[in-house]
Amino acid sequence: MSPISRGFHRRHQADEPAGRVPPGQYVTKDFPVLSAGPTPHTRLENWTFSIDGGQTAASWTWTEFQALPAEKVTVDIHCVTRWSKLDTAWTGVSLDTLLAAVSYDAPYVLAFCDGGYTTNLPVADLTGGQAWVAYSYDGGPLPAEHGGPARLLVPHLYFWKSAKWVRGLRLRDVDEPGFWEMYGYHMYGDPWREQRYAGD
Amino acid sequence: MEPLEDLVVDGNAIGGLLIEVFGTEMTTAVGTCGSCGMVAQVAELAVYRPGLGTVVRCRNCGNVLMVFVQARGVTCVDLRGLASLVS
Amino acid sequence: MAGTAVRGRLTWQTATVSSVADETARVRTITLSVPDWAGHRAGQHLDVRLTADDGYVAERSYSIASAPGEPLAITVERLDDGEVSPYLTEDLRPDDEIEIRGPIGGYFVWDPPGQAPLLLLAGGSGVVPLRAILRHRSRTGSSVPARLLYSARSLGEVIYQAELAQPADGVEVIYTLTREQPPGWSGYARRVDQPMVAEVAWPVARAPVAYACGPTNFVEAVAADLVALGYQPVKVKTERFGATGGG
Repeated sequence: MSPISRGFHRRHQADEPAGRVPPGQYVTKDFPVLSAGPTPHTRLENWTFSIDGGQTAASWTWTEFQALPAEKVTVDIHCVTRWSKLDTAWTGVSLDTLLAAVSYDAPYVLAFCDGGYTTNLPVADLTGGQAWVAYSYDGGPLPAEHGGPARLLVPHLYFWKSAKWVRGLRLRDVDEPGFWEMYGYHMYGDPWREQRYAGD
Repeated sequence: MEPLEDLVVDGNAIGGLLIEVFGTEMTTAVGTCGSCGMVAQVAELAVYRPGLGTVVRCRNCGNVLMVFVQARGVTCVDLRGLASLVS
Repeated sequence: MAGTAVRGRLTWQTATVSSVADETARVRTITLSVPDWAGHRAGQHLDVRLTADDGYVAERSYSIASAPGEPLAITVERLDDGEVSPYLTEDLRPDDEIEIRGPIGGYFVWDPPGQAPLLLLAGGSGVVPLRAILRHRSRTGSSVPARLLYSARSLGEVIYQAELAQPADGVEVIYTLTREQPPGWSGYARRVDQPMVAEVAWPVARAPVAYACGPTNFVEAVAADLVALGYQPVKVKTERFGATGGG
C-alpha cells in the first residue's frame, strides 16, 4: 500500500467542463511538443500528399496543394495526455476537397507520415467538415516541431489522430490500428467519451 | 521554447522501466538494430517520451527498437526493432 | 564482475526524509532514511514516486548525490512548470515519506580502483551524479587525477559551491558561467565549446575516461568534442537529462 505523500497533488486539476473541456482535461495556454521521434525536415519541392487504396488515386505536389481551396478554422484540440488548448487557428485543405478527388468506397483510412508514424480513422470522421490537412497555424507556416509542412487536423478526436508530418491516406476496408493504437490506445479516440485506451 | 533535441534522452532515463519489464538492470545490455546493424548499449540509445509511451530508437538510423506503453495497469512491450538484446 | 555486487531492490520502498538542505535558490538536497538500504554505486539514480490523496501518482528519476556509505541523498532542482520538483524542493519536510526504487543504473557509474584520469563534465544539475563520483573518490582514497568542468548560468546557480571551492587533492574544478559572471571573473564565460574542452580535457595519451551529464544538447556537444579530440567513444559515458532535470 503506497504511502500518501502529504500535501502532494497533481499540477493541473481538470477544468470545469462547461461544454468545452472534455472529461479529465485541463486547459493550457502552451502548445506542448510531443514527439516519438526526430523531427523530419521534408523539403517542399519533395513533398507530396497522396490518397491511394480506392478505385482511383490522387496526389498533389506542394504547389498543387497550395492551389486547392483552403479554409481558416478555429478549433479546440484535446491531447490524450490531458491538456486541451482552446481556439487554435489553422489554415488547411478540407478532407472533403481531397477525398472528392478519388473514387472509393472504403470505410477506413490509415494516415501515413514522414518518420513512419501512422494512425487509423473512419472516413466518416474525415468528411462533412470535420477534418483538414493543415499547413498554417496561428497565422504562420506550420512549424516543423508541430508537424510542418502539413499535418492532419481532426479536432473532434484525441490529438494523436491529428498526425504530424502527414503525407497521405491509404483507404482500407478494415480498421487497422496505427502506431499508438497497436500499443493499446483506443481505435476511435473520442475525448467526450474519454476513449483513451482500448476497452474504454 | 526548448530546441526539440533537448526533449530526447537516453536509456539511462528508463532504467527503472526496464527493470520492471525485464526484471533486471538493462542499461548496459547490448542491443543490435534490426535495420542497420548498429550495436549500442541501451544507455546510449535515443529515448523519446511523448507522454503516450516510451519510444527507443537507434541513434544511427532512427529505426524504432523498443516501444513501451503503460496503461490500465498493463505494460505493452514491443522489441521487434531489435535484432538482438544481450544483457 | 567488479562493481555488480550491489543489487538494488527492484521494488518500491518507503523512504523517510531525514533532512533537507537548500543548495541554491532553486535546488535542495534531500537526505533519506531507507530501512535495509543495500547501498549504491556512484553515478546511479533513484526513481521517486509520489501518491496524492486522490490516488494520482507521479514518478521521476533523480541522481543520487551521496557517495556509497554516506547517508542516501538526492539533489533536486525546482522547475518552474514542474509537478514533482516544486513539491520536493518546497513542501517536503523531515519525517515525510516518499517511495523510492533503486539504485538504478549500471552504465553511468564509476568504481575504484582505476588508473584512468577522470574528466567530469557537468551541465547545470548534471553535476549531481558527478559530485557523488568525486565524494566516492575521496572516501576510497583514490588518487586518480580528476577534473570537473561545470557549466552553470551564474555563480548563484552553482550547486555544492562551498564543497567544490575546496576540492580534494588531485581534483580541479573549472567553471564556465554562461549568463552572468561576478565582478572580476577571469574564468570561462561562455557555453562549453570545442576549444574549451580541448583546454580542459586530459590528453588522450593518458587513457582518460569521461562522464558527461546534463541537458541533452550539452551532453551531445561535449561528447562529440571529446571524440573529435581522440577520446574513444566507449570511454565517454553520457547521461542526458532532457531539457531539464526531469520535472
